[in-house]
Amino acid sequence: MMRHLISAADLTRDDAVLILDTAEEMARVADRPIKKLPALRGRTICNLFFEDSTRTRISFEAAEKRLSADVINFAAKGSSVSKGESLKDTAQTLEAMGVDAVVIRHSASGAPYRLATSGWIDAPVINAGDGTHQHPTQALLDAFTMRRRLVGRDAGIGQGLDGKRVTLVGDILHSRVARSNVDLLHTLGAEVTLVAPPTLLPVGVESWPCDVSYDLDSTLPKTDAVMMLRVQRERMNAAFFPTEREYSRRYGLDGERMAKMPEHAIVMHPGPMVRGMEITAEVADSDRCTVIEQVANGVHTRMAVLYLLLGGNEPAVTHTRTEGN
Amino acid sequence: MSKILIRGAKVLGGEAQDVLIDGAVIAEVGAGLSADGVDEVVEADGKVLLPGLVDLHTHLREPGREDSETVLTGTQAAASGGYTAVFAMANTFPVADTAGVVEQVYRLGQEHGYCDVQPIGAVTVGLEGQKLAELGAMHESAAGVTVFSDDGKCVHDAVIMRRALEYVKAFGGVVAQHAQEPRLTEGAQMNEGTVSAELGLGGWPAVAEESIIARDVLLAEHVGSRVHICHLSTAGSVEIVRWAKSRGIDVTAEVTPHHLLLTDELVRSYNPVYKVNPPLRTEKDVMALREALADGTIDIVATDHAPHPHEDKDCEWAAAAMGMVGLETALSVVQQTMVETGLLDWAGVADRMSVKPAEIGQATGHGRPVSAGEPANLVLVDADYRGDVDPAGFASRSRNTPYEGRELPGRVTHTWLRGKATLADGKLA
Repeated sequence: MMRHLISAADLTRDDAVLILDTAEEMARVADRPIKKLPALRGRTICNLFFEDSTRTRISFEAAEKRLSADVINFAAKGSSVSKGESLKDTAQTLEAMGVDAVVIRHSASGAPYRLATSGWIDAPVINAGDGTHQHPTQALLDAFTMRRRLVGRDAGIGQGLDGKRVTLVGDILHSRVARSNVDLLHTLGAEVTLVAPPTLLPVGVESWPCDVSYDLDSTLPKTDAVMMLRVQRERMNAAFFPTEREYSRRYGLDGERMAKMPEHAIVMHPGPMVRGMEITAEVADSDRCTVIEQVANGVHTRMAVLYLLLGGNEPAVTHTRTEGN
Repeated sequence: MSKILIRGAKVLGGEAQDVLIDGAVIAEVGAGLSADGVDEVVEADGKVLLPGLVDLHTHLREPGREDSETVLTGTQAAASGGYTAVFAMANTFPVADTAGVVEQVYRLGQEHGYCDVQPIGAVTVGLEGQKLAELGAMHESAAGVTVFSDDGKCVHDAVIMRRALEYVKAFGGVVAQHAQEPRLTEGAQMNEGTVSAELGLGGWPAVAEESIIARDVLLAEHVGSRVHICHLSTAGSVEIVRWAKSRGIDVTAEVTPHHLLLTDELVRSYNPVYKVNPPLRTEKDVMALREALADGTIDIVATDHAPHPHEDKDCEWAAAAMGMVGLETALSVVQQTMVETGLLDWAGVADRMSVKPAEIGQATGHGRPVSAGEPANLVLVDADYRGDVDPAGFASRSRNTPYEGRELPGRVTHTWLRGKATLADGKLA
């Protein structure tokens, strides 16, 4: 395993499958009466959040606590950072306090990479979302969710997502979730299609390992999992699309569109959803929508990442082997 | 006044000759000149002798940002890089938009004496693009400003640009445009293309430069003015300038050393030492810029020497300042990209880095032939030298070079400003 987790593109297929398999082990812990492992006892992890994100921060915190790590939450707002302290000084201050790993969320693309590679600190760095660049643990929890639903909880162990057709819809241009997912899904063997108005696709998207379409309706029948990305209403003020209604008519997922998908296909969303914009309430609340599962899986996946990066040599979970000898 | 004999120098890269400097002027150029009565003999040993370099685009930062550079340290960097004249950009604090500020910068250059400092005046008050600065007053000041630029910002309003182009005709001035359409570059962090798509950094599209250049050459044609394009960075810009010149439009253009060598692939490191405006482009652009400099479509090399303090680069990409220092590495980069590729000979380098920039900026006494009777503004280059760039040795107060640890050819050993050595044996006088 690598020392840092900065980009989903850095993961080999073996790395990714190992993380997903480990996450399945972690999920079993969640079914126990005492949902806690001693793996990271005595280790201190800092959640360094320069950007508001309640759900990702809580998910990491839950994962860290279930692994018995000591957790420090550092929110940049109201801290020395708002008084002009640099990222370097903040990180070095934390390391001087004995932090063993840093989970960082930052509005600047590349900030976690800088933190990991500039010689500022030695601690492993885990990217919890940077600007419009990457959000690798989101991609891992999405892949975990897809593997469970489309391959199977047990059947999926050791497997990728070979041949699964995944469609990402919405604001690709500003989405770190999209970039991470394209990289990881490609590594795992899935076929990815991006669907968006041309304004919300980056110049240069042609070089990504995926297909691009402007038409959602023709893509849905060939989709095993559709991931609806949040579209911020403010985008229409910058002429990315004319109106909210036009966006949702052309690119939103409603019940009628969902019916065009194969029976087994699932609907995903990284949250927070803008109901009525990219997704209707009917779809969001349907059985095919995995948004709540994704949240639960986020904790398992982040436990796996933290364990593999920091845990060292101990097996994470001791359990009775049931397979044949 | 002293007499200096430079013995065995390849003048403009040609046959080895001796050059006798008497006082501020070149007294004689020829083979086997006598050392009788000479105060100092410099053994050139086949080093290349060029006219002192002229930089049409330098940020000296004084007044206002003396933490990054001063007129003293900036001109020392210039002397170290082989320059005898630099044009100081107007984006200081306060902005060089009045006769008072340009005279201050001019006099600081005179006092220190490392290199002639010719201030550039702002086109608009405060570089805000709204109202013309007092261009005439700056021209008539002791600084004698002839080049005007809002560099760092584009004169984006077409009417203001038109008026500026027209107005400076009265005293033979030239507007140097920083071509950047502001709306197309809101939040721009790097070249827009495949790399920016992956890195999730805001794109600075080539069209934002090209559309302004296209507009401005047409404006220059319409009002019969000349226009200079700063730091041209894209293959498309080259095509527009080539078209404009073929049409007889009075346009000149510059390219920076870094745009001749570096590409946006380097941004993958997220190291802000590669953050610059205009941004590093693609390999295709780099090749087009080299060709254009060789065929004369691009007239000159200008450094866009942009010093920044360490903390402004030792941070995340988005928070970092744009710009690179360049005075002390420019000639080496040009040697690598243009001479060693066979695109230019040393006479061509002298033309692009001394003769033409002096012409465009009307820097009297600079960019002259290396011959008897001419001002002794000269630079001696050890073209056979190979070494890694070590910013610790820079004369500049700032260290934000993209070449740290990179091997570059060539080293300036001597620089003479009107017969006085500002750099001797690689050491500042």
